[in-house]
This record gives sequence, C-alpha cells and structure tokens, in this order.
Amino acid sequence: MLHGIAEKAGPATLPPEVLQTARLLSFWRVFRTDLSGMLGLGVVCVLAILAVLAPLIAPYDPYLQSLTSTLLPPSAAHFAGTDELGRDVFSRLLYGSRTTLLIVVSVSVLVAPIGLIIGVCAGYFGGWVDKVLMRIVDIFLALPSLVLALGFVAALGAGTENAVLAIALTAWPPIARLARAETLTIRNSDFIAAARMYGASSFRIIFAHVVPLCMPSIIVRVTLSMAAVILTAAGLGFLGLGAQPPSAEWGTMISTGRKVMIDHWWVAAFPGVAILITSLSFNLIGDALRDALDPRKG
Amino acid sequence: MSAIPSPHRDQRGQHLRDLASAASGPILSIAVAFIGLLIIIFFMGRILPIDPVLLIVGDQADASTYQQVAREMGYDKPLIQQFFIYAGDALQGDFGRARLTGNLVWSDILQVFPATVELATTAIVIGALLGIPLGVAAAVNRGKALDHILRIVMLMGHSAPIFWLGLMGLIVFYAALHWVGGSGQISLYNMDMVPRVTGFITIDSLLAGETEIFWDAISHLVLPAGILGYSSTAFIGRMTRSFMLDQLTQEYVTAARVKGLSRRQVIWNHAFRNIRVQLLTVLALAYGGLLEGTVLIESVFAWPGLGQYFTNALLIGDMNAVMAATLVIGSIFLGLNLVSDILYKILDPRTR
Repeated sequence: MLHGIAEKAGPATLPPEVLQTARLLSFWRVFRTDLSGMLGLGVVCVLAILAVLAPLIAPYDPYLQSLTSTLLPPSAAHFAGTDELGRDVFSRLLYGSRTTLLIVVSVSVLVAPIGLIIGVCAGYFGGWVDKVLMRIVDIFLALPSLVLALGFVAALGAGTENAVLAIALTAWPPIARLARAETLTIRNSDFIAAARMYGASSFRIIFAHVVPLCMPSIIVRVTLSMAAVILTAAGLGFLGLGAQPPSAEWGTMISTGRKVMIDHWWVAAFPGVAILITSLSFNLIGDALRDALDPRKG
Repeated sequence: MSAIPSPHRDQRGQHLRDLASAASGPILSIAVAFIGLLIIIFFMGRILPIDPVLLIVGDQADASTYQQVAREMGYDKPLIQQFFIYAGDALQGDFGRARLTGNLVWSDILQVFPATVELATTAIVIGALLGIPLGVAAAVNRGKALDHILRIVMLMGHSAPIFWLGLMGLIVFYAALHWVGGSGQISLYNMDMVPRVTGFITIDSLLAGETEIFWDAISHLVLPAGILGYSSTAFIGRMTRSFMLDQLTQEYVTAARVKGLSRRQVIWNHAFRNIRVQLLTVLALAYGGLLEGTVLIESVFAWPGLGQYFTNALLIGDMNAVMAATLVIGSIFLGLNLVSDILYKILDPRTR
C-alpha cells in the first residue's frame, strides 16, 4: 500500500530501513493536510489524555451511589446529570473512555500479530500453505462478524476479556489478507534473495526483514477497523454480554439508562454521544489515511 | 425438424453453458465456506467453559451416571465423529430443543424469521432509494457544499451505534411527539387478530382486509426500518459515490459531453449504467449488514424476529438456539455472497 510513495521518496538503492522512514515522513506530509483527519486525530488524542487523567479530572467517584440525588437532570454540579443510583454520569463517561480505549488497544494488540504472522506465512511460503490459510481467511470474511462475536461471547461467558477475545477472533482476517499482499511484493526483492544466499533461515528472513516492512500498512489497517471494534464492543455491552454492571462502560451505561430513558433521557443519551464521537473520530482518521495512501480518490 | 440446430437454439445453449460456468466457481467456494461455517459453529458449541454433561447430571452424580449421559449426548465419541453427527443433524434441520421456549429450535426460527425479513427488506428499500441518488448527487457535485454535507450525514450513519439511535428515536418520535408506534411489531390490542398466512404482518393484515391493523403495523415498522435504512443509506451512498467518481473521471464521459449530450444524459445513461452491476453487489452486502443490524435493533424495539430470538438465547446461554441462529444468519450471508458473485459474472461481460 505504501510502496507508491516509497518510489518517490528515494532511489531503490537505499537500505530498506531508510526507505521506511522516508515513506512514513512523506506519508505524514500528505496526512497532515487533511483537515478532518487531523480533527479526528486531535479528538482521539484528547480522549486518550482524558482517559489517563480520569481519576484526577472526574468530579465524583464513578461508583459512588447517592440515593438522595438520583436521576438529577444536567446542571452545573452534574454536567451530564446523575443516573438511577445517583452516580455522576459525567464521571462515569470519563472512566468509560478508559474501558473503550482499553478494549481497542487489547483487540489491536491481539489482532495485529495474529493477522501479520498468518498473512506473512501465507505470502512467504506460498503453495499449499497459502491456499489453506487464505481459504480460512475467505471463510471468515464471508461470515457476519458481529453475530459470530456474539455467539462466541455467549459460549465463553459475558465479560470484558471475553468480549475482547471474541472481537479479535473475527477481526484478524482483513489484516492477514493485507499482510499477505505486502509480503508478495517484498518476497521477490533483491535484499531478500541476498539474505537467503547468506544462509539466513526462513524464520530469520520473516521476522528480521519481511515483518518490519509490513508494519506500517498493518498499523494503518488496524486503525481503519477501530471504529468497527468500538461499535461492536458497545453493542456487546448494550446486550449485556460485554463489561458487566456496575463497571463504567458506555454500552453498558446505555443499557441500564434504557430503563429510565423515557423520563430521564440524559442517562442513555450521553454515553451514546461519547461512542458516536469516538467512532466518528476513528472513521475520520481512517478516511484520511485511505486518501493519503491513494491520492487518486477524494 | 432439421437435425441442424438453429442458430437461435445454439446461442441459447451457449448462453446456458456460460451461466453454468459462471456459477460453478462461486458455488464451489461457497460450499467450502459453508463447511467452514459448520466447523466454526461446532467449535463455538465446544468451547463452553463448563462441562455440558456436568450441567445436566449435577455434581452429585456418580461416575456411571456421568458416563451414561455423556454416551447419550455423544460426548464419548472422537471429536471428528461428533462433528459429522452435528453437521448431519444440522443439514436435516435438527438443532435440538430451545431451552427458552421448549420447542424445536427449527420451528422457532421459522416462526420468527418473517418478522426479520419484513424489517430488513423495508430497510434495504429505504437504503437503496435514498443511498443511490444521494451517492450520485455527491459524486456529481464533488467537493461542493452538498458533497460535504452528504459526507457528514453518511459518516454519522457509519459511526453512530445503531441501538442508541433506536433508543433516541423512541424518546423523540414515540414518547415526545407520538408520531410512531412504540415497541413491538404491532400494538398489544391488535396482537393475533389477523390469521398468519405469509408471516409478514403488513401483508397478512391486508389479506384479511384489516386496514386499521395494517396502519398500526406500519406505524410500528417505520422507526426501526428507518434507522436500519439510515445505516444502509450511509453504506450504499458511500459506495455509489466512489463508483460514480471512478466513472466520471474517465474519458468517455468527457467525450459524451463534447458530443453534445446533456449532463443529465451523461450521468444517468452513461456513467450510472456502468455501475449498476457493482451496485447489485453492494445491495447484497448491505442486506447482509442489515441482518446483523437487526440483532441490535430488534432488541431495542422488542421486535419478535430472529435477532431478538438470538439475543434472548445468548443471554441465557442456550447454545442450541445460538448455534442454529448463527448458522441461519451465516448461511444467508453466504447465500447473498453467492448471488452477488453469480450476478456479477453474468451481468458484467468483462468477467467472462
């Protein structure tokens, strides 16, 4: 994906690591000009900071129940009102961003290596390894990922860890497919042939040469799927299969707020706004990444 | 009759052969994917952290009872054999009984399925009627204000959690404005008032001549179908825009304009004609996406369809029903993929 930019960035005689840096730099230069992409990136950075600093910023303890102040509408004391147990919704939103970002990071950390290794092996070894692995990828791609994730969580039992596992189980195939495509373009280059002549093992070539070159595209692809991960995680929480009450997770908060929503809209409304803003930001980043990689399309 | 086949018949034979060869590739790969689906679902039923035999006999049972139940459930056989038993049963529609209803899972699914089809089909009609013209309009007005507005509307449809949109819709249009009916497929007092013929409540009520019930059903259908339709409008519109942009930047478009054809003619008779096949594929994919959306939306609106049946089964860990519903939704997905692949090959001469 990034190779088109590589050719412009420098002559092909440079070592791959230098080319890599040049590619990333020129890529960043294109990305930087995209206003909405930068906006999305900014919002995500702010969210990450808020999540880290949540214990310092949050005006109240997100788990502190107060039966004297239940279901208060938004006011100066409670920016987003209080829920049916008198907990401050704004504080819970702040803590919820931790859960959401934790899920996104965990899924990425699980999915990227799995997809990378499967894709690189398929591309590097070719032949029947490639056929079998890619057939499995195709099967997963043809299936409804949300429904599969739901089924696996039902089997494993509800909870944040199992939600992460189930989402990861259905999110690796596109990454494997991309890693394979990248490997196919790298496999036949001269420096791989040189490494092979020096007597480097397949293992060494894959992990020392192929994998590092695949990384940038993989990171981009993982970013593209983050919005979907957030929505799936929130959906699992909403159905009662993700994070369990009383933990502050946006989807779970909507599901508990649902019982009182007709007269007290804020309990269910604000967590949804939080999900919308987060997934919108990731979608904006994704769009900008796609445009930066493929300048032909606007 | 002469022995020499008429050119007409020969052509038709050639056409049928083309169709067969176009269909054979996709059918084979979908068959492999279906076996894969069966394996994944079988695996899903076997990763339960609790021992299913222990669940039935209880921890007080002695070893001989345990082994007897395990034998009855087929758990003493090797895993491969267990899989073939499962696959054989599933292909015959035997998924066991659902714990929630006590009925056979298959008859449960047949009972709830029409409600989901009714919802998803209404939604895809909305999505296509809005998404395609909006996508074309955005592509034609690329970079102008209209394009930006549509992009934001479509991005929102992509990014908003659909269950939350459903709840907000209920607060605004049902609780505050009273424009639409609330939860369920029909008002409580109209339940079971019309005989079940097709299973689609709107059609059944018309067949029974109950226009009042028909309008009640419509008022319940509008909001969930509209919200699902919005999310597929976002998808269809985005794809239409990108396909149209590919066409509008090509030279034949300029040539047609130079030739003196009007803008409208070039857009609809030239560029749009060329993306129709791609759009069919997108519609098939969008319908698949809608089936996933119905799982969440039906839970919000208490819509008595497959999605709600699935979530109810999920919540009590009723794996018979969960596995069967996953298989049904997965198979429809594969079927839609197959149809779009074959249509693509038949309608797009370049792929022959």
